[in-house]
Amino acid sequence: MGLVMPDFGLFFWMLISFSILLYILKRFAWGPILSALSDRERSIEEALKSAENAKEEMLNLQSGNEKILKKAILEREKIVKEARELKETIINEARHEASIEANKVMEHAKAAIDRERAAAVSEIKSLIANFSVDIAEKILKEKLADDSRQKELIQNYIDQINLN
Amino acid sequence: MPQINAMIRVLTSFFLILFTFAATPNLLKANEEHAAADTISPKKFNTGDLIFDHIRDSYEWHIATIGHTHLSIPLPVMVYSQHSGFHFFMSGKLHDVNGNYDGFKVASEGKYERKLVEVMPDGTVLRPWDFSITKNVTSLFVSLGLILSIFLSVAKRYRENFARAPKGIQSWIEPIVVFICDDIAKPSIGKEKYQRYLPFLLTVFFFIFINNLMGLVPFFPGGANLTGNISITLVLALFTFVITSFSGSRSYWVHMVNDPGIPLWLKLPIPLMPIVEIMGVFLKPFVLTIRLFANITAGHIVALGFYSLIFIFAEKSIFAGYGISVLSIAFTVFMGLLELLVAFIQAYVFTLLSALYIGLALEQHSGHE
Repeated sequence: MGLVMPDFGLFFWMLISFSILLYILKRFAWGPILSALSDRERSIEEALKSAENAKEEMLNLQSGNEKILKKAILEREKIVKEARELKETIINEARHEASIEANKVMEHAKAAIDRERAAAVSEIKSLIANFSVDIAEKILKEKLADDSRQKELIQNYIDQINLN
Repeated sequence: MPQINAMIRVLTSFFLILFTFAATPNLLKANEEHAAADTISPKKFNTGDLIFDHIRDSYEWHIATIGHTHLSIPLPVMVYSQHSGFHFFMSGKLHDVNGNYDGFKVASEGKYERKLVEVMPDGTVLRPWDFSITKNVTSLFVSLGLILSIFLSVAKRYRENFARAPKGIQSWIEPIVVFICDDIAKPSIGKEKYQRYLPFLLTVFFFIFINNLMGLVPFFPGGANLTGNISITLVLALFTFVITSFSGSRSYWVHMVNDPGIPLWLKLPIPLMPIVEIMGVFLKPFVLTIRLFANITAGHIVALGFYSLIFIFAEKSIFAGYGISVLSIAFTVFMGLLELLVAFIQAYVFTLLSALYIGLALEQHSGHE
């Protein structure tokens, strides 16, 4: 029976000892241990979360970079294309202007040539007229060297006038 | 992982070695008694005495008996008698004069067997108020010192830097603390309030676990049957009882007296269910007390029983004793390993049930129609 009957002395000491143990451990051991464990848990969780965030950011950054690159390539192509077009138009315009200019020059030249020719022709005409007058003068002078001939000629003219 | 495996191997071999020496003091004593029996009186080897010497508390800490010399540590005896007031002396004095000092002696039989009694002039015995530092109280103080030194040093490491990886005894404590936290307290009590009860649950667990282990160590300062003593388990259960009762919600008490889920005829005119429920409140700590006490005591009894087999057989024939000793030691080693498991399981069960009782007391029966 003694085995299953609580003993007062041991009960008393146990009550005191366990209360003291509970108090000291609660105050000086479990507090720091449990808070340290939860702190560690939280810090690990945060570290994992931030790693995840960094990874996501990296991915975002990467895709952003790719986007920018793609855009840049497109931009470059566009610029090149535009430049090509511009070049073409400039060349075309230049060609056009050049031809217009050339035409103008040609027309001017033609006009000048015409004018010159006309002048030349008129000069030649006047020269020819002068020459003919001179030649005629000379011929007349030679033909009318003697009086008979002059008379003949005058007669001739007179005949002709009569006929008319 | 390899480190953990190595640690387990070391621990296992440590306890194996311990158990090879298990109950050696008792054996020596038994041997001596046996030898003495040959010369003085034909007293037979008494298994019951051997086992009860170990299981029960005593006023001195018997370590070994070499030849006829008892090697034991005398412990202080403190008693208050209604007749002669306070007395304080060392238990060694009880051996001096015929086992009787100042009118006090340890009763060898009767109602107060193995306990200190005061012998009245008329020959009757009286039990005084006994505050003696007995073997179990000494063991209690030793374990107190051990637990405090372990946990205060571990707490210091945590306080220095919480982010540091656990090291040494800390890495042995931490998984158990986390286990109690996450697998016992949280599911049993609930996420909101479990933190309030964690210090108690952790203290109870480690007190029982470490004392169970110390009880398995067969030599001083281990070897006392502390957690197998009903006074100790009673105090532990009382703590659970008090905490449960004080944290009981209104609905816990209302449901106990008048549970709306139970048909009326079970409550009126004879309050059958309320009686059962109220009995349950007191039965819970009672069951906690008995379970731990019985499990640990039974383990000690079985281990010692196997050892006693050697001497029981040796009484018939010395060769039978040697023969059976191989078997006995094998069985005791097995029992020792089993007790190692029981040491953990009982600490776990006590903590788990305490947590469940607290959880039940806190429960709000809001969803209950």
